[in-house]
Amino acid sequence: MNKIGYGIALLIALAAPVLGGYPPFLSKLLCFALFACAFNLLIGYTGLLSFGHAAFFGMAGYAAGNALKVWGWPMELGILFGVAVAAVLGLVMGALAIRRQGIYFAMITLALAQMVYFAALRAGEWTGGEDGLQGVPRGKLLGLIDLGNDLTLYYLVLAIAIGGFALIVRIVHSPFGQVLKAIKENEPRAISLGYDVDKYKLLAFVLSASLAGLAGAVNTLVQGFETLTDVHWTMSGLVILMTLVGGMGTLAGPVLGAMLIIALENKLGDLGLFMASVTHIEWFNTLGEAVNMVTGFIFVACVLLFRRGIIGEIIARFAGNTKPA
Amino acid sequence: MKLKAIAAAVCVCGVTLAAHAQISGNTVKIGFITDMSGLYTDIDGAGGAEAIKMAIADAGGNINGKKIEFISADHQNKADIAASKAREWFDQQGVDMLIGGTNSGANLAMAKVAAEKKKIFISIGAGSARLTNEECTPYTVHYAYDTVALARGTGSAILKQGGKTWYFLTADYAFGQSLEKDTADFVKANGGKVLGSVKHPLSASDFSSFLLQAQSSGAQILGLANAGGDAINSIKAANEFGINKKMKLVGLLIFINDIHSLGLNLTQGMYLTDGWYWDMNDDTRAWSKRYFEKMKKEPSMLQAADYSATANYLKAVKALGTDDSDKVMAYLKANKISDMFTKNGVIRPDGRMVHDMYLMEVKKPSDSKYPWDYYKIVSTIPGDQAYVTKAETKCALWK
Amino acid sequence: MNEIFGVPLPAMMSQLLLGLVNGSFYAMLSLGLAVIFGLLNVINFSHGALYMMGAFLAWMGIEYFHLNYWIMLVLAPLVVGLFGVIIERTMLRWLYQLDHLYGLLLTFGITLMVEGVFRSFYGVSGQPFSVPEQLSGATDLGFMLLPNYRGWVVLASLVVCLSTWFVIEKTKLGSYLRAGTENPKLVEAFGVNVPLMVTLTYGFGVALAGFAGVLAAPVIQVQPLMGQNLIIVVFAVVVIGGMGSILGSILTGLGLGVIEGLTKVFYPEFSSTVVFLVMVVVLLLRPAGLFGKEK
Repeated sequence: MNKIGYGIALLIALAAPVLGGYPPFLSKLLCFALFACAFNLLIGYTGLLSFGHAAFFGMAGYAAGNALKVWGWPMELGILFGVAVAAVLGLVMGALAIRRQGIYFAMITLALAQMVYFAALRAGEWTGGEDGLQGVPRGKLLGLIDLGNDLTLYYLVLAIAIGGFALIVRIVHSPFGQVLKAIKENEPRAISLGYDVDKYKLLAFVLSASLAGLAGAVNTLVQGFETLTDVHWTMSGLVILMTLVGGMGTLAGPVLGAMLIIALENKLGDLGLFMASVTHIEWFNTLGEAVNMVTGFIFVACVLLFRRGIIGEIIARFAGNTKPA
Repeated sequence: MKLKAIAAAVCVCGVTLAAHAQISGNTVKIGFITDMSGLYTDIDGAGGAEAIKMAIADAGGNINGKKIEFISADHQNKADIAASKAREWFDQQGVDMLIGGTNSGANLAMAKVAAEKKKIFISIGAGSARLTNEECTPYTVHYAYDTVALARGTGSAILKQGGKTWYFLTADYAFGQSLEKDTADFVKANGGKVLGSVKHPLSASDFSSFLLQAQSSGAQILGLANAGGDAINSIKAANEFGINKKMKLVGLLIFINDIHSLGLNLTQGMYLTDGWYWDMNDDTRAWSKRYFEKMKKEPSMLQAADYSATANYLKAVKALGTDDSDKVMAYLKANKISDMFTKNGVIRPDGRMVHDMYLMEVKKPSDSKYPWDYYKIVSTIPGDQAYVTKAETKCALWK
Repeated sequence: MNEIFGVPLPAMMSQLLLGLVNGSFYAMLSLGLAVIFGLLNVINFSHGALYMMGAFLAWMGIEYFHLNYWIMLVLAPLVVGLFGVIIERTMLRWLYQLDHLYGLLLTFGITLMVEGVFRSFYGVSGQPFSVPEQLSGATDLGFMLLPNYRGWVVLASLVVCLSTWFVIEKTKLGSYLRAGTENPKLVEAFGVNVPLMVTLTYGFGVALAGFAGVLAAPVIQVQPLMGQNLIIVVFAVVVIGGMGSILGSILTGLGLGVIEGLTKVFYPEFSSTVVFLVMVVVLLLRPAGLFGKEK
């Protein structure tokens, strides 16, 4: 059953540009979908809420950007460098944060991410400060295929996103993943069963950080620049929202959540104009300025009514369970 | 079940994809991307959009039969949203000319996209001089102001007034730092002295500590190398601690909206440099009256620039009979700008629109006769003295 | 003249005093958050937005209804408290049994909505708000000139903080409150209306935020986004002090003001980030914060 679902999703993803999708926007959606999935590995499957995931997303972006633009590395190496930086950062932050539990864990990740933001802000030479790191070249795939073409780049991004997603699926269904789930559900029992819980949590943290870094590095490649927005705490909040809306602890949830939220950010204005022209209600024209308000409203609605997220609710309904969680 | 989930995902994608699959032809389409909902809403934002619409209406709504269309978007101070919107508009919406509102990072990103697509990009709200220096392109025009002009304008005018010793309160980010550096370099090169500076984090809420450090330096002039909320809070605190009585406050980037929100009590006697003032002459007053009717506030330099840039662009298109970017750009660089924004504006080869800047002093409450009557023009700084010169430029187009 | 680390003594003293002034304000602001978390286990992310609301209401009262600062000092918190009661009754109460995360996300969503509404009506430049007549001017302390209004802020903050702490820790009402959140059923069995108490506590906590807003209005620009950067600092203060401890957040607020003040002298660019460094260090050394009890 799942295989058919994935097969259809793959077909749609491959055909999307032909169906009228705009490749740069689709590429962006994929990057954020990967980011949300990476984040979900930590919250949905290990039960650890990180408030600082933007640090990995953004720093990998800056690292890859510098490698590609300033040092002139080939595209593949630049991306890998970004992932490596995110992994190391994840190791350091994770080692410090997992000493504590629950909300304190979350606050340590937030505090460390704030310090990463500060470093990014001040390190003007590497990051461009608030002007951003501009002019990151796309280079060529394997030295042969020019990635300047938006469509070619989209298929590369799709391949990478699928690779990342497949890796997450593999992790979740592996024995390692089972232990993570056990830790999420009942940590004391996992400890009493003899598992070195801290090592598992740290490894999960590093994996999550690395994949978030992959998403960030590829995003920088697509955009051609990187700015402080990607290391700001509101970006960390955004990825939490994406996962919440889509469904924590489900595999497809974060993908859907990411797409919805990115579409919201970028398209709300267009939607408003469309609704204004259809309903002739003037007020819709200003919808584009209300992204934050609408986002807030979605937060509230999701928390009160759709706690399991969209995918989570759908799965629950089909399992015959219609009570709200 | 997963199937249904995927199906739901597809529907969502479908809706988002369907929203934007048209390409327009045979129209002159102008796009405007700025901050409509964050820190810089008031100085540009919806007012800027309104100003552009006024310019379109004044041009008759169409050029030689081609309709003029206008779309705007909120980049929410995120460069990636600005750049993706710009790219999408050029590729899919047939936008011919893009106007960039506030936020230098967003403008730099949009300029690159426009250059790639070979479309004209007019940056109005950004302060970064990089747009016409290191990052100049054949398709970028930087219209209203930049940090160099502000720094030199203010620096030279204040030095002439006798303000020789300076201390800077600087916002710790590239914009603030370049404002400070450009002003400090100018001051030092022209017989003044910089006694020190302190950098504060962006959006700091309390400035008392930094201001006391400024005061203890004994400098005559306190240069505020920050903007928006930071500048406003600095001025409030300076009043509270009596620092404005011991040092002359000079705002390096202040808009009329900031003065409006502080009130004349707190800002009287302050110096600032602006590129335009609604009450400067009859032309500005006439236009501002029309703007006021729509927006209920007087326009800032940026909103006036939005109008002027659009109007001049449309004039070029009409004169040439085409919206071809290269031809329009050549026309813009070859013809002087003379309208309510400036009487002697010139667009240089590097894309910089050079015009006079004005040193203003904020009036005392007793001298202010009507709402928004805030400034006294102290001196005019000729454009070629304010902006980056040919000898200094890092732009390859202007060598 | 004596010097400490290259800074003249009078300058150092004035910076320390300013640090204490800011600290008392931080204590005031984090108090409400600490009350709400300590007693209700809810992480109230909307604290910043409600602080802004308090400031705006004060401005509106003066601008539209020609009331004065002193009246608004009492009225604005009451209105904000009422708004808090409504939020609690309609939305928060469904989340008490769940993970902290949901309360945080809900209140974050409320923040975005409240800020968005104010911004769409008032823009972001801010509204003029002057220091009230009776408190204007400054006092010469010898080493510096202290504006009278700042002195008032310290006084008001300390009075409110200490009385709140006293009521919660030392009085019967406070003990009902503390018992009611630890074991609601048992306390209800004694005839105490626990849900009402919980609602009023939330209302009181947010009223404290509103009060802080009115205190801030004359010195910090009154605009819809004024709570945004303050909120994570306030969070940090509460976490460092220990999330269950009211005294902890008061002392931490004061301490942080001083630490920040010193940072502003020696490494000013870092002054907005130093609180996070402190948070990491404290959490690593004392897991539940300085005064907290690990739950």
